[in-house]
Amino acid sequence: MPKLKINDVEIEVAPGTSILQAAEMLGVEIPRFCYHDRLSVPANCRMCLVEVSPGPPKPQASCALACADGMSVKTDSDMVKKARKGVMEMMLINHPLDCPICDQGGECDLQDQAVAYGFDRSRYYESKRAVVDKDLGPLVKTVMTRCIQCTRCVRFADEIAGTPDLGLYNRGEDVEIGPFVEKACATELSGNLVDICPVGALTSKPYAFSARPWELRKTETIDVMDAVGSNIRVDSRGTEVMRVLPRLHEGINEEWINDRTRYAIDGLKKARLDRPWIRDEKSGKLREAAWEEAFALIAARLRPLAGPEIGAIAGELCDLESMVALKDLMEALGSRNLDCRTDGAHFDPSARAGYIFNSGISAIEQADAILLIGTNPRVEATMVNARIRKAWLNNRVSIGLIGEAADLGYPYTRVGAGPREMESLLRGNNAFADRLARAQRPMIILGAGAFLRPDGSAVQALARQVAEHFGVVREGWNGFNVLQLAASRVGALDIGFLPPSGAMDIHAMLDGTRTGRIKALYLLGVDEFDVRAATGWQTFVIYQGHHGDAGAARADVILPGAAYTEKDGLYVNTEGRVQAARRAIFPPGEAREDWAILRALSAHLRCELPYESLNALRTRIVVEWPHLGDIDAQGPAPWTVFGRQGSVSESPFLSPVRNFYMTNAICRASDTMAECTRAFVEGRLSQAAE
Amino acid sequence: MLEDKDRIFTNLYGWESYDLPAARARGDWDGTAAILARGRDAIIEEVKASGLRGRGGAGFPTGMKWSFMPKESKDGRPSYLVINADESEPGTCKDRDILRFEPHKLIEGALIAGFAMGAHAAYIYIRGEFYNEASNVVKAIRQAYEAGLLGKNACGSGWDFDIVLHRGAGAYICGEETALLNSLEGKKGEPRNKPPFPAAAGLYSCPTTINNVETIASVPTIVRRGGAWFAGIGRNDKNTGTKLFCISGHVSQPCNVEEAMGIPLRELIEKHAGGVRGGWDNLLAVIPGGSSTPVLPKAACETALMDFDGLREAGSSLGTAAVIVMDKSTDIIYAIARLSFFYMHESCGQCTPCREGTGWVWRIMQRMVKGNATVEEIDMLYEITKEIEGHTICAHGDASAWPVQALIRHFRPEMEKRILDYRKQAA
Repeated sequence: MPKLKINDVEIEVAPGTSILQAAEMLGVEIPRFCYHDRLSVPANCRMCLVEVSPGPPKPQASCALACADGMSVKTDSDMVKKARKGVMEMMLINHPLDCPICDQGGECDLQDQAVAYGFDRSRYYESKRAVVDKDLGPLVKTVMTRCIQCTRCVRFADEIAGTPDLGLYNRGEDVEIGPFVEKACATELSGNLVDICPVGALTSKPYAFSARPWELRKTETIDVMDAVGSNIRVDSRGTEVMRVLPRLHEGINEEWINDRTRYAIDGLKKARLDRPWIRDEKSGKLREAAWEEAFALIAARLRPLAGPEIGAIAGELCDLESMVALKDLMEALGSRNLDCRTDGAHFDPSARAGYIFNSGISAIEQADAILLIGTNPRVEATMVNARIRKAWLNNRVSIGLIGEAADLGYPYTRVGAGPREMESLLRGNNAFADRLARAQRPMIILGAGAFLRPDGSAVQALARQVAEHFGVVREGWNGFNVLQLAASRVGALDIGFLPPSGAMDIHAMLDGTRTGRIKALYLLGVDEFDVRAATGWQTFVIYQGHHGDAGAARADVILPGAAYTEKDGLYVNTEGRVQAARRAIFPPGEAREDWAILRALSAHLRCELPYESLNALRTRIVVEWPHLGDIDAQGPAPWTVFGRQGSVSESPFLSPVRNFYMTNAICRASDTMAECTRAFVEGRLSQAAE
Repeated sequence: MLEDKDRIFTNLYGWESYDLPAARARGDWDGTAAILARGRDAIIEEVKASGLRGRGGAGFPTGMKWSFMPKESKDGRPSYLVINADESEPGTCKDRDILRFEPHKLIEGALIAGFAMGAHAAYIYIRGEFYNEASNVVKAIRQAYEAGLLGKNACGSGWDFDIVLHRGAGAYICGEETALLNSLEGKKGEPRNKPPFPAAAGLYSCPTTINNVETIASVPTIVRRGGAWFAGIGRNDKNTGTKLFCISGHVSQPCNVEEAMGIPLRELIEKHAGGVRGGWDNLLAVIPGGSSTPVLPKAACETALMDFDGLREAGSSLGTAAVIVMDKSTDIIYAIARLSFFYMHESCGQCTPCREGTGWVWRIMQRMVKGNATVEEIDMLYEITKEIEGHTICAHGDASAWPVQALIRHFRPEMEKRILDYRKQAA
């Protein structure tokens, strides 16, 4: 453990710690541009120079110099100040003075550090350099003249994203950052380039010129675009969500988020349901209505029905509270026809260990062999994929895949295509079986897509068998992981938003709408399938949600709810981690928070739900399901028997996500996601107007 | 003056063939197996005793450099010898003549040096423009393989040794040792941060020593004739042996010549290069060690001694010992501005002070050439070079700063006069 002095304060650090990191521990600020603690260290900006003795009589880059015993470091000596001033001057001579029209203004490292460490005037009278802008696709806007060549973006693309599309080409003054051949930066993580760029060279294209950071209200909340539950900060102005930024959570998303999380938010302003609607019986068209009118109609239609004639389905984006409220309401109405598996998955939800990501996402880094089954984590859970890549980058973990071949950003062994190869793994006649058997911390990641087939329960049981066979669950380690797709799913399964035996599941309910057994159907944010085609015409369909999408298209009554940025709510991510989302803005128009709508409706149905505030509802949740009160806690569920033994078919696994940019109602309403689909999925880059 | 019997590079002028029989006749490959039989430590001791310092410019003691290499590999990583034949310093052409006329000295030296540091492979990174030189070296390597001097059981010594020649693509910065390693690995030729030093993590992250061509090519003769012989030549025990000097510019006979360390600059120019054009009094200045070393005005040239410490005392540096002589017809400001252009053009662009600063310096220098500047800007120019110097990853920044600093130090009146003249003309 080297002991050293930084500005005469002694500190002992772990071997390999850089001076810059040690200084940070002491709260000593060292300016930097190129250094980023999750990327490799090129030490090329030269801003972090400090004076080190013993050593050569010149300042040293503190980001790249490891602490050594007996060092004495000065971070504010005359030599250091002079060096910083010089480097800052060099940094600025070819940087345009366009801060007033630069989107980075107000949160620009260069701006801040120029004020703190630079000269107060320029001595540069020569011509400035201009650099051609690059087309990186619909998400990242480039103003390359502002670039200070710190290469953070190059390293991010190389190391974190695993798509080495960017580079620093030419040399000397003529160096430019860009793709070597003209192409969009094809990674689901490209929005992070904007975050790591310390200047305004890479900025957000959809957000361009729309707000200044000091005008924005910042709300720390949770993302619902996938089941990972990335921690985000929603920046809003007035009634508008302006942008989404990642928030640090070492266990989940570190400090990155995927492009859907970041850029689908323009969908929050489009196709919104901002008032109740009622389908006119004569014309068959929807007409605007008041809340009272809508509630009265629902009450009139539901009151004559027997409980089992009513069904309820919860969609992908629902918060825990509204699902509990809906479940309670259905119970009060005498119905047990509940389901949350809107994708039609077949699996056994009886054991929690059978449907959550037991090990936790961060444990991927400790695994020494990973078997992916029926999943393409790159599009299903980008942050999980980034973690697998990190594990490969740091430990060269061996990775096997049973499922569709895809470019995941790291090398893997394709073990096979379908569940039959899982059986051959068990028999041991497979090269990857060896690798799994030798592993100390083996891990299985079972995609939710593996359940989207009639033999889903058998696949689940088979995966459990594979886990048992290879010791995936052992003392202190549970590497059996299911990668869910929907933000609401684990929560819904935890609270049992499922039909008890004898009641109807989603398939039975939808059939029932056609046979007349289901006379009323309550859809809580269900947009995952073509509701119009799936339900019979005589059923009374109530849709509660925030977007005019598949569910609203069929509804007889539409109750406008709140999107995830507009309500306080709990979400349980794929790891089984309960996280609290907070309201950033109010729902538009007459839309209300979802649990409150259900509470108000219950009064009209004369079966008033026993909670008058969100807190009371949360107390009710914790009383029945104590684990849901443990915010941010994560751990494996008890290892029990689950799945249904049976024969599996030969058909290969298919990833359910065919288009990363279009997975839910918010994405489908988003112009940016449509643009991304054109650019990245259909491969058509928008051509510049000549 | 160095006696003929003490010369190492006896075919420096290419009067004889470069091939193996001719090289053998000159004494190369004579008893190499016996030399290797002395053992690693004995060879390193011999080189240490000779006082040989790196001939690439920095002058680091060669024996000491070799002794930094691990005695044995603890983690299975091999050791490598890399020979820097990317001679691109303006004014320098010493390695070139070794490569084309004395390649076997280099190859034999590579074997001995490689053996001494426990390397089974050497890479020669040769400048891309050196086409004929590369072709000679390739032929020489092939001859050595055919004669059993390289490859498995090289020279019958029991030591396996391979040499790979790699041609660069013409970037000056790839002569910087860590940029050279990057280039050799197939990456962009950008210098690496140190530490880690190449002896700990160099080529492919393995322990590596990078030596100049001249250093390695001197080794066989040194170990054959003894370190004491080499140490006996030269001015003192810090500046020993013989050195190739490349004299160019305004002299009657520009030439490469092998001389003893510490020879006075004036003697070197007058004895070997036929003197300054128009006589010694017509001398304006000399750049004594290749383009990156500070220029010496005539007064300093009178007494300067051509070795590492002698030139440091004179306010310059030996560098590659490429003596660029400029007589009074020279526009010294333009000459240095041309060097500034070179350093701007060859900067790799990786780190800020060098990328931005070299261009700035060149632009100011362009105006200085015309005089289109203010006197205060001379001070500013000096300050800017100080902002570059010492703040960069590699020495390219320093190298770009020194010539300008020396110009201001020694020729400031000339620069001020240029500015005043320009003003007068403009008025």
